[in-house]
This record gives sequence, C-alpha cells and structure tokens, in this order.
Amino acid sequence: MVEQILQVEHLEKYYQKKHVLHDINFHVDKGEVVTLLGPSGSGKSTLIRCLNGLEEYQQGTITFEGKQINPTEKNWQQIRQKIGMVFQSYDLFPNLTVMDNILLGPTKVQKQDKFAAKKEGLDLLTRVGLEDYANAYPRQLSGGQKQRVAIVRALALHPDFMLFDEVTASLDPEMVRGILNIIQDLADVDHMTMIVVTHEMNFAQQIADRVIFLEDGHILEQTPSKQFFSAPQTKRAQEFLDSMDF
Amino acid sequence: MDHSGISVLFEGTNFERLLGGLWVTVKIAAVALIVGLILGIVLGVLRTFKNRPLRVILRLYLEFFRIVPTVVLLFLFYYILPREMNFNLPGDQLATLVFALWVAAEMSDIVRGALISVPQHQRESGKAIGLNRYQLYRYVLIPQAISLEIPATINLATRVIKTTSLLMLISVMDVINIGQQIIEANNHTHPTGVFWVYGLIFLFYFLIDYPLSWWAKRLEKKRLERANG
Ligand SMILES: Nc1ncnc2c1ncn2[C@@H]1O[C@H](COP(=O)(O)OP(=O)(O)O)[C@@H](O)[C@H]1O
Ligand SMILES: [Mg+2]
Repeated sequence: MVEQILQVEHLEKYYQKKHVLHDINFHVDKGEVVTLLGPSGSGKSTLIRCLNGLEEYQQGTITFEGKQINPTEKNWQQIRQKIGMVFQSYDLFPNLTVMDNILLGPTKVQKQDKFAAKKEGLDLLTRVGLEDYANAYPRQLSGGQKQRVAIVRALALHPDFMLFDEVTASLDPEMVRGILNIIQDLADVDHMTMIVVTHEMNFAQQIADRVIFLEDGHILEQTPSKQFFSAPQTKRAQEFLDSMDF
Repeated sequence: MDHSGISVLFEGTNFERLLGGLWVTVKIAAVALIVGLILGIVLGVLRTFKNRPLRVILRLYLEFFRIVPTVVLLFLFYYILPREMNFNLPGDQLATLVFALWVAAEMSDIVRGALISVPQHQRESGKAIGLNRYQLYRYVLIPQAISLEIPATINLATRVIKTTSLLMLISVMDVINIGQQIIEANNHTHPTGVFWVYGLIFLFYFLIDYPLSWWAKRLEKKRLERANG
C-alpha cells in the first residue's frame, strides 16, 4: 500500500465573512506530484497556504506524516521545516547574501553544523547553476536567478514535501523553462512529494500524477493527470482547459 | 580698558570652560541617544505585535512625549517630581533620563514605521523556513527596517542635540550656561563679548549638527536611488 503523507479533511476557510474554501477533502501520497488547477481567485493560494500554517482555517483537520496537526504557531514552526514553500514573488531577504539566505534556516532553525550546511548549500547552488553567486546580494540577480535561490533555500531544510505557488508567474518568459526544469528534476530524481500550483498547462500535464481542480473554493474533481487533460470529468474543468489555450 | 570682544574667549580658562560645557552637552546627548535608541527599538518592535493593551499603552507613551514640550518635561522632572515623589537626581543625570525617554518615544515610532513597511512577503518567507518570531525580527525584519530608518534616526539625533540648549533651564552646566556665565562676568570689560561667545556656541552646534544632517540626506538619497533600481 502507498503511504499517504498528507490528508486534508473537511477544511473550511473564511476571510472574515467571506467563505473561500468549502469542505476541502484530499490526500497526497508519498512521492506523488499533485497539481492544483483552477481559475484565478478559486482559492488555490489560500489552500496551499493553509497547508503550512500561513493561513488559519476555521474547521477541518490536516494530517501530516500520520499526525493530525494542532494548529498553533509553535507547532507550525516545527512543521514548516518539513514542508517547504516557494512563492510567486521571489522574495529573498535583501539584507543577506545568497548563501546567508540559504543558511538561515539550516543553521538558525535546525542548528545544523555551519560548515556542512554551507557545503550542501553550494552543492544545491551548483545544481541550479548558480554556484558563482553564493556571495552576491539578491539585488544583483535576475528574477529567474532569485527564484532558483528561493527553491534552494527551501530545499536546504531537507523538506519531505514542497509547495509551489505559481512560481513562474512573475518571470520573464525566457526564465520560466529553467525553473520548471528544476521542479521536474526534483520530481524525477528526488521523488519529492509536492503540490504545484501553476498556469503552465503543458508543464502541469508533464509533471502531475494527479490534478485537483478547484473552483470558487470547491474541489470539483481529483483526477489522474492523463485523464484530466484528455477527458476531465466535469464540464467546468473542460471549459477551464479550453480557456487556457495550450 | 579697551578690549576687542574676541579676546573674551581666551581670557583665563574661558575657552577650556566652554569646551568643558560642550563636553557636558555632548555627553548628555550621546548617552540619551544610545539608551533611547536601544529602548526605542524594543518599544518599536513591541508596537508591531498584535497585543492591543500593550500597543495602546506604548502609543500613549509616545503621544505624551511628543505633545508635551521638552521644556515642560524638564521642569516636570526637575522641579515637580522631586517634590511630589521624593525623586532626586542631579540635573545632568535627570536631563539624560528625560532626553532618553523622549528619544525612545520618537524612536519607537520610527522603528514601528520601518518595520511595518517591510513587505509582508518577507515576513511570510521567513516563516516558511521555520523562523520563530524572535528569529524573524532578528535576522529579517529589523535589519531591513534599520536601513529604512537610519536617515530619520540621524535627524532625530540632530534635534536632540539642538534641544540640549534647554539644559541651562534646569541648571546643568552645559555649554550655553557656561557661555552665559562668561558673558555676565566679563560684561564690563568686554561689552561685545556676547557676540563672540554665542558665535562660538553657534559654531559648535553647527559643526556637530551639520555633518549629521548632511549624512542623513546623503543616505536617504542613496536609499531612494537603490529602491528605484
Ligand atoms: N487576505 C485576504 N483577505 C480577504 N480575501 C482574500 C485574501 N486573500 C485572498 N482572498 C480571496 O479569497 C479568494 C481566493 O483567493 P486565492 O486563494 O488567492 O485564489 P487563487 O490563488 O486561486 O487565485 C479570492 O476571492 C480572494 O479575493
Ligand atoms: Mg494565487
């Protein structure tokens, strides 16, 4: 039997009065890549932000690696070391060099040995083609380079699970491919478990094992990737795919 | 007797006494600034927390020191508090205390303003790598806030230094008080001494404050240039 790493049950999320997530139920298997698709404003960001405690939810449960999460800030601080997240805005810390951005989590949060962490940081930078930029400041990097560093910064904590929220959406088109290749590589080589929110449909099709389709805060379908892109179960998903023009 | 006014500055130990007064002024301003800045950073950080009662109290503290004129504060602490509360401090220490509390109040507002203008994304990416609140402030938010707040802090320092001219009102032997004594003592022999003494004091203040305000302007300009690419 495949091991489940994450279960979400009956999750409800409100922003004040506004109900943005309705009875969300899904699970993710270990090593699985799930893409979360849906129109803008359907709640994709809100949902994955709930999964690492950046948003509070009002009802329901999240179970991670077999343990139901008690959603206090203290617990989330522990869990976030296991669930890496990369955002759309490439928000490195501008006051720190690339290497110090990467080392902050491993050395301050996880108290890893600085020397070893640095060596590993360099290996990761090499992997994304940025080994020459360890001592550069974020303002000296292009958007695509910053986003690669942001991915490395998340990986340096040895997460079991990665969340990607439209990480190529604010990049110049010529930068996009490089970032997508890195994510693809994480799936193929590291068998990283991940949830990927993207509007790059070709990429979604290529990387996903399964698609979760969200609209107006409801999960309309959860379908194996092949099937979703050839014959989705719902009319709304079909319309969404038609509108995406890929 | 016919003296040219300027010689009053160099008669006897006058010049040394003026320098001594300047030292008292500078010392009070410097200690008040250092203590006030540190306290102000702490208060500024606390003012960004969600705790409502804490925020209200710190806000009232700021408004008190901002609204009440510094002269009144000095009188309050020097003449009224000792009588009412049996709280006695020599004038210079008391002045240091009042100025430090004032700097802390103003600084708390500068720090708070700088902290809340650090983009929300920074806070979230810090949390996303597992930083706790202390680490988030220590490594991410405060360093970024500091580069935003340096010009305003230097401007605060120049204001504090200028305002030390009020110290004579509570009998501190600062540079102005000593200048006043020298003028009075030499009034007969050097009727124009007042110009020279105050001229020198003007020069002292100018030499301290002008470079500071020039530096603040330059840093602000550099920061804007950098922010606009
Ligand atoms: N901080 C917020 N406060 C209030 N409403 C919000 C907030 N963030 C998002 N929303 C609303 O929640 C809904 C889902 O938004 P979001 O999760 O960003 O969607 P998506 O990522 O799919 O575009 C939208 O209607 C959006 O306007
Ligand atoms: Mg979004």
